[in-house]
Amino acid sequence: MDLFEYQGKQYFARYDIPTSPGGVADSVGEAIEQAKAAGFPAVVKAQVQVGGRGKAGGIRLVNNEQEAKEAAEFILGLDIKGHVVKRLWIEHASDIKKEYYASFTLDRNAKLHLAMVSAKGGVDIEEVADTDPEAIKRLHINPIDGISYDQALELAKSAGIDQEALEGVADVLVKLYECYTLGDADLAEINPLILTPQGKVHALDAKVTLDDAAAFRHPEWEVFKGVSELDGRERLAKEKHLNYIGLEGSVGIIANGAGLAMSTLDVVNQVGGTAANFLDLGGGAGADVMSAALEVINTDDRVEVVLVNIFGGITRCDEVAKGIVDALSSVEMRSPIVIRLDGTNADEGRRILADADLRGVIIEKTMIGAAKRAVEIVDEGASK
Amino acid sequence: MSIFVDENTKVIVQGLTGSQGKFHGLRNKAYGTKVVGGVTPGKGGTDVEGVPVFDSVQDAVAATGATASFIVVPPKFAPEAILEAAAAGIGFIVCITEYIPAKDEAMVFNVLRRNYPGTRLLGPNCPGILSPGKCNIGITSGDIALAGGPVGIVSRSGTLTYQALNELSLKGVGQTTCVGIGGDPVPGTTFIDCLAAFEQDPETKAVLMFGEIGGSDEEKAAAFIKENVTKPVVSYIAGVTAPPGKKMGHAGAIVSGGMGTAQAKMDALAEAGVHVARNPTEAGEIMVDIVKGL
Repeated sequence: MDLFEYQGKQYFARYDIPTSPGGVADSVGEAIEQAKAAGFPAVVKAQVQVGGRGKAGGIRLVNNEQEAKEAAEFILGLDIKGHVVKRLWIEHASDIKKEYYASFTLDRNAKLHLAMVSAKGGVDIEEVADTDPEAIKRLHINPIDGISYDQALELAKSAGIDQEALEGVADVLVKLYECYTLGDADLAEINPLILTPQGKVHALDAKVTLDDAAAFRHPEWEVFKGVSELDGRERLAKEKHLNYIGLEGSVGIIANGAGLAMSTLDVVNQVGGTAANFLDLGGGAGADVMSAALEVINTDDRVEVVLVNIFGGITRCDEVAKGIVDALSSVEMRSPIVIRLDGTNADEGRRILADADLRGVIIEKTMIGAAKRAVEIVDEGASK
Repeated sequence: MSIFVDENTKVIVQGLTGSQGKFHGLRNKAYGTKVVGGVTPGKGGTDVEGVPVFDSVQDAVAATGATASFIVVPPKFAPEAILEAAAAGIGFIVCITEYIPAKDEAMVFNVLRRNYPGTRLLGPNCPGILSPGKCNIGITSGDIALAGGPVGIVSRSGTLTYQALNELSLKGVGQTTCVGIGGDPVPGTTFIDCLAAFEQDPETKAVLMFGEIGGSDEEKAAAFIKENVTKPVVSYIAGVTAPPGKKMGHAGAIVSGGMGTAQAKMDALAEAGVHVARNPTEAGEIMVDIVKGL
């Protein structure tokens, strides 16, 4: 789960990482109140999960109530690369002497945690990595050992952090590591991490991605849920506990297993179609899950044909077939369904479908055959 | 021959008394795998359809001489179960558990690497290992495999592993061993581990490798193949059409910062002399041709 900046800052606060005092506003009136509470000059920041919001006009410095009002009116509802701003974060403007960068993530290659620190913060770090890789210092951390204050200090020194900021940066690094590990974040990133003229070091932004698998030990994550930027289809799928990602094409995809689902997208593409979504039923899906999947796909206007690709392992094809029959008795499908069943109890599954004699359901024997048939149906629709 | 397991491998099932553990443990036993015991704390002395249950892995190993463990427990308990097995001297651990937090997975991997270098972990979040006719540990349906070799299979995704087995079996091409390494960010066993073992195995004549987007394990495998693998390798990479920044089901399957794209992996493999197929069916067809020519 990706957190918004304000949520990331709230999460940082749990681990004592210094941030600017501020608050959230969903309306112009609230924005004015928050700006007054933070104290002028204040910064009004769009809360969207996309980069480049500054360039898009989503961040404004305001010196009084009137400016706060104008900024909030402008930013609320602003479309930043397809993300419409619904919420603002308003904090007291910080005086900035220097901007640094700090992050922790997993290095899958080394199978160790990775700290990255740079004295060149405040800009796109991937650009720094491209143009000036030496400016980013890296340290691998074995999870058994963790990172000590002395190691953090050394890392900050090697990255060229200014003398007066060294202790502050080292302190933030140790706390950010706790946030990353104890806080079960896949990514904990501060860009920029600033040094003020008064010699204080603190986080001016927060980018945190939480590891959904660890939710069972973080009841405090409840407050972050329900505000993430899912589209309508994705929200419904989440309610149904389906692994779903909305895309732009016309072939609705349902498969069991992430690899097979990805592969189905690829094959549809190879035979000239485009997928409307990625949907993995997961392992051992029964009739109810299949039925929920069809329901979700059916809400998507883009879908002109549904392609169901099942290779039964734990998942039993007879169960899948029953789910399709069940679903079609209660849901009026807007588009035809092409089905490929293989693996555990495939014959039985195909028989159940054949016996039910369902309108608009086509059975194909192979994955490629099914993909071709689905794309033909889309093309026939287009030529009509 | 087979890799990592064979007809003599004695297996215990951690979590045998749970519904999943019972179903798959007994299914593996019915396949012919030597399932010699189960472990559930507090249930020692009981049995599951004749398979004795022990309180700890240590007890189970002492009583049965087990060398492998099949872990089927919820994510909360899986890390501890893996370390318990390693501490009891188990040399080969298969963990199918999905949704283990990444921090726990990284910790377990590093504890094994540092303290139990002789223990191999397969998974977590993998379908397991199947050596047709000899041993099946995990959740793969044994009837889609064909004994007798000559192909070794290694795959990151579960259902694509089945697809791979199916593509070969339907065309009458058998397998030596089929290993599902799992789609998590910190897998215990990698492509390279399996490729090295297949290269050493005299009965394996060719390798079918199914990868997917995310990470750089396929690129590393390509470099390894170039230097160390003399047998023909056919590969397929899933996720060519996956959009960046979206996790495609597996925690590890994500294209981020331009890293881990399918195209980069395919290019690296092709450059290493691997036959790169565009889909699982094509991969199967290429492999059938290779086997015919052996």
